[in-house]
Amino acid sequence: MTYSPEVRERLELDAKEIIGKYPKARSALLPLLHLVQSEDGYVSDAGQEFCAEMLGLSKAEVVGVSTFYTMYKRKPAGDYHVGVCINTLCAVMGGDQIWEELSEHTGIGHEEATSDGKVSLERIECNAACDFAPVMMVNWEFFDNQTPESAKQLVDDLRAGKPVVPTRGPGRLCTFKETSRVLSGLPDELAGEGPSAAGPSLEGLRIAKANGWEAPK
Amino acid sequence: MTTLTPVLTKNWDLPNSFTLEGYGDYSAARSALAMDPDAIIQAVKDSGLRGRGGAGFPTGMKWGFIPQGDGKPHYLVVNADESEPGTCKDIPLMMANPHSLIEGVIITAFAIRANYAFIYIRGEVVHVIRRVQAAVREAYEKGYIGRGVFGSGYDLEIVVHSGAGAYICGEETALLDSLEGFRGQPRLKPPFPAVAGLYAAPTVVNNVESIASVPSIVANGAEWFAGMGTEKSKGFGIFSLSGHVTRPGQYEAPLGITLRELLDMAGGIREGHRLKFWTPGGSSTPIFTDEHLDVPLDFESVGAKGSMLGTRALQIFDETTCVVRATLRWTEFYAHESCGKCTPCREGTFWLKQVLKRLEKGQGTEDDLTTITDIADNILGRSFCALGDGATSPIYSSVQHFRDEYLKHFEIGGCPFDPALATVWGAK
Repeated sequence: MTYSPEVRERLELDAKEIIGKYPKARSALLPLLHLVQSEDGYVSDAGQEFCAEMLGLSKAEVVGVSTFYTMYKRKPAGDYHVGVCINTLCAVMGGDQIWEELSEHTGIGHEEATSDGKVSLERIECNAACDFAPVMMVNWEFFDNQTPESAKQLVDDLRAGKPVVPTRGPGRLCTFKETSRVLSGLPDELAGEGPSAAGPSLEGLRIAKANGWEAPK
Repeated sequence: MTTLTPVLTKNWDLPNSFTLEGYGDYSAARSALAMDPDAIIQAVKDSGLRGRGGAGFPTGMKWGFIPQGDGKPHYLVVNADESEPGTCKDIPLMMANPHSLIEGVIITAFAIRANYAFIYIRGEVVHVIRRVQAAVREAYEKGYIGRGVFGSGYDLEIVVHSGAGAYICGEETALLDSLEGFRGQPRLKPPFPAVAGLYAAPTVVNNVESIASVPSIVANGAEWFAGMGTEKSKGFGIFSLSGHVTRPGQYEAPLGITLRELLDMAGGIREGHRLKFWTPGGSSTPIFTDEHLDVPLDFESVGAKGSMLGTRALQIFDETTCVVRATLRWTEFYAHESCGKCTPCREGTFWLKQVLKRLEKGQGTEDDLTTITDIADNILGRSFCALGDGATSPIYSSVQHFRDEYLKHFEIGGCPFDPALATVWGAK
C-alpha cells in the first residue's frame, strides 16, 4: 500500500519543513514517524516506506528504529489513546485498581482498541506527574488525580463523543492524530490554553508566600 | 530551620508565566552576551552548580571540557526526557516557565560557542511540548534567538525535538543516538560527548533544571548562588514530594534541606499513617526509611548514608505499602526499559522480574533472596550504562532494610498487605 498522490504531496511538504530544521536529515526520523502517525494513527507500512524515501534510508533501518520506541504503534491506536500509569507510585496510590477496573469495563487490554476504534488502552510507565497520582494520560494530555470511577466515566464520555478536558492542558482534547502532528514538530495553536501550573505544582510556592520566604536578594 | 527559596518556581502562579510577558526581558542573557564566554563558564564553575539531572556533575566543568578553537561546530543538547520514576520537576517547569530554560540555553550556548541547540523532550507530554515550542517561537519573533541574537553578531538556532517513549534516552549518549535518528542505545565512553557528541562534534548535554538555573546565576552572581545549599552541594533545587504525603508537590529549597523539614511543610504523612520507606532521588536511588528523616538532602550526605541525591524525587510510602510489590514494579520497569544492548542488564532485569514475581506471590524461598542479590551483583558495575546499576538499587536496599518482609511473604504463602489500603481512596 502507498499513499495517494494528494496525500503524498501534502506529507512531503510537511516532511521537508521538518527535515529542514536539522543539520543532518536523519535526525528528522523520529519526528517523521510521529508525522506518519498523524496521518494513519500508527506507523503504517506506507508511512515507514515514506520515511525511508524522504531520508534516503532502507525500510529496514526505519523499522529498526520505529520498533524501539513505545509511542509508535504497530496497529491503529484509538482516536483517544488512554494510558494508566502503573509504575510503583501510581500503582500503589490506586493505578493498579484503576487499570483492572478500566480494562474490565472496556473489555480491552494493554495496547488494544475498542471495536468502534474510539479508545485504546496502554499500561504506561512513569509520566512525570507523580505529585498528581494516580495519573492517566489521554493522547498524552494530563488527567490527574484519577479514581476508578472517574476513569470509567472518562472513557464512557470519550466513546459517547462528549467533550472531555485535560486537568492541565488545553480547553479541548485533540485526537491521537492531531496530537501526533504536534509531536512531529508542527505546532497547533493551543499552547496558550490551560493553566500555567496547578494544584501540587504550586504547593511549595504557596507555602513560601504564606510564610514570606524568598531566595536571598 | 531551612526555608523555601522559590527562584525557578517563583512565577508559576501567574496565569501568563509561560509567556514573555509573564517571564521578563531576558536581561541575564543580554548581559551574558556582553561577557567573555570563558568568564561565563568561570562564573558557573564558581557558583558550584552541579547537574540537576541526577548525577550531580559540576556544570561549569562540563562546559569547560568543550575544546575551543577546534574549528568544529559545537552543540548544546538539553535533556528534557524526564522519565525516572518519581521525578516530576522538569515537566511542570517547562509547562509553567519555559522561558527560563530558553534564556539558559542562550547563555550556555554562547558560553560554549554553539550555534545550534536542541531541547529533547519526552514525547508523552504534548502540552509541555506546545509550551516550549511557543516560547521558542516567541523568542525568535523578538530576535532573542536566530540570526544576530539581541542584535549582536551571534547566531543561535533552537530546535524542539520530541522523543517517542524510551526511558533509556535520558542517558545522555542514548539521547544523542536517538536525536541522530537511531534506536536510543548508549554509546561507549570515552569519547565523552564533550569531545564527540552529536554528529561526532563537541556537545554539552545538560538537564532542564541545570540550564534553567543559569540565568539566575548570571543575574545575581556566583556568590549569591553559592550562598545557598551546603559546602559541596550549592544552590537551590526543586524537591518533588509524592505519594502518601498530605500535600504532595514541588518545593524549591536549598540543597541540604531534610525530609523532616519538607514533610513539616507538606503537612506530614497522610493522616493516621506513618512513614515506612522513601526514595531520595527516584527509583534508581536506594530506598531510605524513617531512620533517614534528618539526612541533609545534598549529594555528599545522601551518598554517605548509602543512597544518592539523584533527582530529588521523594516518593513517600507509608506502612500500608508492601515493599516487595514496590520493588517488583520498579524491576518490571527496568526490564521493560532495558535497551537490550548489554547482556547483564537485558538478562539480569528479566530474571530479577521472574524471581520477584514468585516472591511477591509468596511462592519463593529464602534462597531467592540470595538469588536476587547475586543477579544484582552481576548487573551492578557490569552494565553498559547506569540503567542497569539503577535497577539494582531497589533490590539491594529493600532486602537490606526489609528482609523480614520478604520472609513473611513465603511464611504465609502470599502478600501480607491489602493493596486497597494503600490507595488514595482506601485511606478514607
